[in-house]
Formats: sequence, C-alpha cells, structure tokens
Amino acid sequence: MPVREPAPLERFLNGILPENPVYRQLLGLCPTLAVTAAMKPAMTMVAATAFVLICSNLITSLIRHLLKPHLRILVFTLTIATFVTIADRTLAAFAYPMSKLLGPYVPLIIVNCMIISRCEVCASKQGPKAALADAVGVSLGFLLALASVATVREILGNGSWFGIQLVPESFPTLILMILPPGAFLALGSLLGLFTWLGRRRKQRASEPETESA
Amino acid sequence: MASAPGNAPAISQNGEPLEPRLQVAPGPHLSSTGLSTQRLMIDVLIALVPVLGMAFYLFRWFALLQVGICVVSCLVTEAVASSWRGSKPTLGDASAVVTGLILGLSLPWSAPWYVGVVASVVAIGFGKAVFGGLGQNIFNPAMVGRAFVMISFASSLGATAYVRPEAALEILTQATPLTAAKELSGSVPGLWALFVGNANGSLGETSVLACLVGGLYLCLRRSAVWQIPVSMIASAAVVAGIANLLMPETPFTVLHHLVSGALVFAAFFIATDPVTSPLTTRGQVIFGAGLGALVVAIRLFSNYPEGVVFAVLLMNAVVPLINRVTIPKPLGGLPAEA
Repeated sequence: MPVREPAPLERFLNGILPENPVYRQLLGLCPTLAVTAAMKPAMTMVAATAFVLICSNLITSLIRHLLKPHLRILVFTLTIATFVTIADRTLAAFAYPMSKLLGPYVPLIIVNCMIISRCEVCASKQGPKAALADAVGVSLGFLLALASVATVREILGNGSWFGIQLVPESFPTLILMILPPGAFLALGSLLGLFTWLGRRRKQRASEPETESA
Repeated sequence: MASAPGNAPAISQNGEPLEPRLQVAPGPHLSSTGLSTQRLMIDVLIALVPVLGMAFYLFRWFALLQVGICVVSCLVTEAVASSWRGSKPTLGDASAVVTGLILGLSLPWSAPWYVGVVASVVAIGFGKAVFGGLGQNIFNPAMVGRAFVMISFASSLGATAYVRPEAALEILTQATPLTAAKELSGSVPGLWALFVGNANGSLGETSVLACLVGGLYLCLRRSAVWQIPVSMIASAAVVAGIANLLMPETPFTVLHHLVSGALVFAAFFIATDPVTSPLTTRGQVIFGAGLGALVVAIRLFSNYPEGVVFAVLLMNAVVPLINRVTIPKPLGGLPAEA
C-alpha cells in the first residue's frame, strides 16, 4: 500500500530527537551500555557506527530495486558487515589502543539493530538523498545519546570529561558509575528524563494557550 | 485457583443466569485498622532503640552523626521524590526514617559525611522511588544504598576504614572480627565480647544482644515474622558448621560466625522487611535459609569479609520466584498445575 515517504529534511530531523534511536526506539542499547564509561571510547564508537550507517544506507538505497523481499535482511547484513570490517580494520591499523579498548564491540556493530532498522525503514524504500539525510540524522541522534550517557558516567565516575580532569584527584568519585551497573543507572535515569521532557513538550504543544506546570 | 473468567456470572446457552446471582466479595470482610504501615514502622523504630543505644555507647557521637546524616538525607530524598511523582507526601509513614536508620547503622563510624548522603539518595531514589514508592520496590532500599557506596567508595568502607590505630576508643584500634578471621591475622575477640558488642564493626551490627532484644520485640509484636530470622540464623549455623568440619583448625567457630558481623542485625531488621520478603510462611523459611547460607558462603569464599548486603540483594531478586513456587493450595482447591 502506498505510504507517504518523508522528505529528506524530515528524515534528518526525525533521526535526531523525535525518533532518537536510543531514547525513543531503544535500539543500539548494547554499545550505549558497554562503551560509555568514558567519552573517548564512546565517541570512537559513534564515529564507527556513523560511518557504517551512512555507507550501508547509501548502498542499500542504490540497490533497493534489486532487493528480493525474502533475501533483503541477508543483503542488509552483508552490506553492513562489509563496512564494519572496514571500520574495524581501520581502527586496528591507526588507533590500536582504542581498538583494543573497544574489543568486540566494533565487530558487534554488525548486529546493531539501529542500522538494520534504518535500511529496512528508509533506505530500502527511498532514494539515496533521503537515505543519506536519514543516516546522518540518526547518527547525530546516536551521538547525542552516547554523549549524554558517557558524560554523566565519566564525570560522576571519574571526575573527568574526555580525559580532562575536572575535579581534584582527591575528590571522591562514584566508581560504580564507570562499572557496568552505572551504565544501567545512567541510561535508565536519562531515558526517564528524555521521556518526561518529550511528554511535557507534547502537552505544551497540545495546549499552547494555557501554561501548565 | 478456580479459573472463573473475571466477574462474569455463569450464563447458560439461552442467556439466562444458571444460578441466582449473589454479591460475592473477596475477604477479609473485617479488618483491623491497627496494623498500618505507620504502626509497623514505629515498631521498627522502637526495636532499633537498643541497637542505637549500643552504637552510641560504643562509638559515641560518631554513631549519632552518621545515623542523623542518613535519616535526614533519606527524608529529604523521599520528600523530593514524592513531590516529583505528584503524589501526596509520604513522610508520615516513617518508612524513610526506618530506611535511613538501618542504612546509617550499617555504615562504619569512620565513613565521611558524603558516603551517608550518597547512600541515602541512592537508597530512596534508585532503591524505592523509581519502582513507584513504598510497597513497589524489589530490593531492600537500605541495602541498595549500602551496596552502591560499598563499591563506589571502596576506601571509605573497606576493612581498613574501620581501624584507627590512634583512636582513643580501644575497640577502634582492632580489626573487625570478620576481617581478622578472613586474614587469619590479629586476635579474634572472645565470644562474650562479640555477643555483647565489645568489638569493632559497622555501627549497628556489633552487639548481638541489642539486636536480639529489639528483634524479639518486633517478633512478639508480630511486626516481623519470626520464621525469617530463625531460618536465616539456623542455615548460617549449618553452613558454618559444615565449613568448620572441613577446616577444624580455624579459630573462627560456628558460634563466632553467628555473633560477629551483621548476621543477627540483618536477620531481624533487614531480612524481615515486609515489602521485599516472601508472602507465604514456607517462602519465608526458604528466603531466610537462602540468606543465611549465602552470608556465610560470601564470608568464606569471596574477597569481602561480610556478605549480608549482597546476600540480601540476591535473595530479594528471587523473592518473586519463591512466591510463585510456594502459592498455598486452598482447602479443597484444585491440585496445583505442575
């Protein structure tokens, strides 16, 4: 059935906040939880994911007329796997310590549902312009999500941001926040915050005249 | 359970009720208004008086300061959380005071002020409020807060934090009994000293005597079920006994295990939390037995000298399963489906 396909600009804007991959769709939670103990690995992960997402969205969009419905997921996965391999090997070649630190999480981008969902929802149905806009928008949304979680965790857990010490070394920090439980606490709290903000915005929009608390 | 679909009366094929319709409401039809949350919590507060008194006697103003910080922070967090939820303030039921007291009593005297504050905020915020407030939480709030600071501030809450060689009070110059047992160094205090509480440790845990007095009051008032503490202490004794038989040369006997550390304090004041313990008597016995066994197992096999915090959190997590397994069969009811 014919459905109106959103314009490229709409795709781009939707990906950032209204359909944020982490805070709205709860996709890509594995890297969000696993590599956000500090900003540096989180941003490397965002860069790798964005590269894979943009490239595979473009390729999928270009070959969308050749896709057979029963084989499409396989084709998506192979496309994504190709670019993940490129990203993984590039990291290992030029940023070996970071590649070591991220460990299996770079190869695991292959199974990041966020990317497959973009191929399925957008790239397999729309032209390369919309697919590119979509991929960039969703990447920015992913950047926002990982940056927020990593900021909370690194500042609370280590007293630093991007490796820059913000508080004196002797200052007590919540070590738990850079351990796995801290990831769940931070993500859960931020998820609640974003849901609350979204709901409040919707309320404001539905009753523009009366100011509600 | 009979499988009646909702409240729909039994209706025959032609649409007429099969039987005269009676208004059936589930029991109990008479209920006492005496047993409110507030009364329960006030009972716990009364039962904690001897423990608090003993803590004050042993650790002087450190004890009151630590407990005060925790109680005040818990109350503030509770007020903030309930105002965020938009529900009416829930300070009146005194449950936040109880959480703060138990949390404060589970901390060492030497912990800096921010440890109590962070522990309280986490206890009420993440232990209770995020689940929807009192009665909805899965884990014991005080233990959630305690576990958070225990991992976050390892240096303020580790074994060395308890000991101050230069302290004026004599007990503070010794390692805690469980640390001494763990490292097989230092002298383990005598049983009587441990029982009365003349030993180093967290504020509320040192005196088994005070915990027993308060705990007996709670059980006699039926504010706490007696099955949990009894089965917890019994199973701890059994596991410690087996360990003793395997390692007969250790100076730390079964009785030492029972009178040192937070075992008795936890048995009466932490494990009996009605929200996070099983509903059925059989379940309560299983819960207590699991707790006691885990406490001693963690003491013996982990890097931590004491295992109460993690034992309580682990057993809290399986309470829904215990509840499901131990659903009582009503008299004349259908046999439970396997």
